[in-house]
Amino acid sequence: MGDPRARGRFGEYGGRYAPESLVEACREVDEAFREARADPGFRGALAELLALHAGRPTPLTPARRLSQELGVRLYLKREDLTHTGSHKINNVLGQALLAARMGRRRLIAETGAGQHGVATATAAALLGLEATVFMGERDIERQALNVFRMRMLGAEVIPVTTGSRTLKDATSEAMRHWVGVTGDSHYCVGSVIGPDPYPWMVREFQRVIGDEARGQCAAELRTGVPDHVVACVGGGSNAAGTFAGFADTSARFVGVEAEGGAGAARGRLGVLHGCRSLFLQDDDGQIVEAHSIAAGLDYPGVGPEHAHLRDLGRARYVTVTDDEAVGAAVRLARTEGIVPALESAHALAWVIRAAGGGDLPAGSTVLMTLSGRGDKDISTLKELV
Amino acid sequence: MTNILAPGAVERHLRARRDTGRGLLMPYVTGGVTPGWTRYLKAFVEAGADAIELGLPFSDPTLDGATIQQASDTALARGASTRRILADLAEVRDLGVPLVASTYYNLVLHDGPEAFCAALRRAGVSGLIVPDLPVHEADEMTDVAAAAGVELVLLASPATPRERLEEISRRSRGFVYAVSLMGTTGERAALAASAAELTARIRRGTDRPVLLGFGISTPDQAREAGRYADGVVVGAAVMRRVLDGAGPDDLRAFLATLRRALDQE
Ligand SMILES: Cc1ncc(COP(=O)(O)O)c(C=O)c1O
Repeated sequence: MGDPRARGRFGEYGGRYAPESLVEACREVDEAFREARADPGFRGALAELLALHAGRPTPLTPARRLSQELGVRLYLKREDLTHTGSHKINNVLGQALLAARMGRRRLIAETGAGQHGVATATAAALLGLEATVFMGERDIERQALNVFRMRMLGAEVIPVTTGSRTLKDATSEAMRHWVGVTGDSHYCVGSVIGPDPYPWMVREFQRVIGDEARGQCAAELRTGVPDHVVACVGGGSNAAGTFAGFADTSARFVGVEAEGGAGAARGRLGVLHGCRSLFLQDDDGQIVEAHSIAAGLDYPGVGPEHAHLRDLGRARYVTVTDDEAVGAAVRLARTEGIVPALESAHALAWVIRAAGGGDLPAGSTVLMTLSGRGDKDISTLKELV
Repeated sequence: MTNILAPGAVERHLRARRDTGRGLLMPYVTGGVTPGWTRYLKAFVEAGADAIELGLPFSDPTLDGATIQQASDTALARGASTRRILADLAEVRDLGVPLVASTYYNLVLHDGPEAFCAALRRAGVSGLIVPDLPVHEADEMTDVAAAAGVELVLLASPATPRERLEEISRRSRGFVYAVSLMGTTGERAALAASAAELTARIRRGTDRPVLLGFGISTPDQAREAGRYADGVVVGAAVMRRVLDGAGPDDLRAFLATLRRALDQE
């Protein structure tokens, strides 16, 4: 999981399939990112923000009671404990610092669950930037708490009324908007999708999850490295960041998608939102709308590096249903005292289903990234639990 | 691919017309947008179109503004698909001007570039515009399209740096599509200042026809564009009328006003 280099490729996936009007802007982001990551000043400033503002490092919590019930040793990487409540802040602080360094005065973002939008609004406020967040109308309804948080933080939230009115359409609209404002605005993509350099850059900003977890596992696990590394996959940023920390180990990677948004498990080769990857499509090549109870997994594709890891067999991608995810959320709440985001609950649902079987034999050690906390989903859960 | 190849049919046609001093008019229609949509093609030719851009609707048109998004959604809701739209073209053989398809790369990849280009050729389409296939990703497509006899038109933008612009001008086939402004498709009140400058920059590197598109919606704008570019592409201004219920006769009348404006130059 290295540098995809000049053509931004992960195997046959990735690339920069951007409209000509955005190609130069992407090149500028790439150049600025390459300079910044080589600059100790930038790295130091980011590390400081991650520590003092976002509250890193996050703990590795052994899920003791649940482990006993499942017969596996489950450890949770607690991204839910970061400031703003999900891993999205890791990427956003990096990109916001980069935008400021590039002289941009405004951040543009798309958001599904609202976690990336909240993180963007937060980083913008912190660094004195403006923020404009595109969000599908349907997500605005089901994630009302996060919409209020963004506005409270001073961001402009623009409802997207086209298509499925969820993350896919919010992303399209953010790209359209960026075309007109490349000179003063940075498009802060929220997952490992989009034109090169985004899939790579976002993974690098998220690898802090995997790097920390690697050190924590080395200190706390008898074996040093877990047998399985599990994370939920929407576009795939918390998973990519987690996997990156264990790329050189024999740990098995499992990405868990929503049954109705399984780009990696069931997608076909295509190009959307600037990259070549796997997308859910109908027989005519039209993109199919995703459907998931977790707004952050409601995306019909997957980041290009995941498509590549799938082809290589380095990671496997599995799906769980809405019901399984809700059940897993309740179970974690009652055994460990943690209410997870519905996105993260997908990863746990697979662990619960697989534990003790051939995919996850009894006694295995599992590192699972708990990507976010469940407060934003309370109104959805209230109806179901 | 190099520019020593003889120009294809689209380029020969556009060059010949340009060389008579005529300002080129290329209206756009979204395939399948209405039941009898191919009648728009005939109306466009009668109004004096020199080529026609035929949009193959995609579910996620990320470079299109509200009007063409709506046209695409309308066509898809009616059951339009690449296959059906190309089949409909059987109703209008021998239009007398080239048809240039435009669509997003996902639809090309879905069938595979070879099969996609072969289907275009069989349906009588001789050019192709893919707005999310920039020149640095176009190697495979360039070869496949050339082998199939489909002219792959590349887009240039006001943000394109000089060397890249030279490469686009050199590798584009048919014509060079100059995107007049930094934005999506859609009608605008005035022609962007960037349009003249971009056209001049492209001209420094090629004598291939240069057509200006994005935002051109009125006779005045067409006339102004005609002063420096070889012609104009008119999309959203056509499709807004179509969506509002205008029939082929109405569109013929509207395009005739653009034709006259271009002829006055
Ligand atoms: C808590 C949480 N987890 C996961 C995701 C999915 O994103 P990714 O796959 O990029 O990690 C989201 C996206 O909104 C989220 O809010």
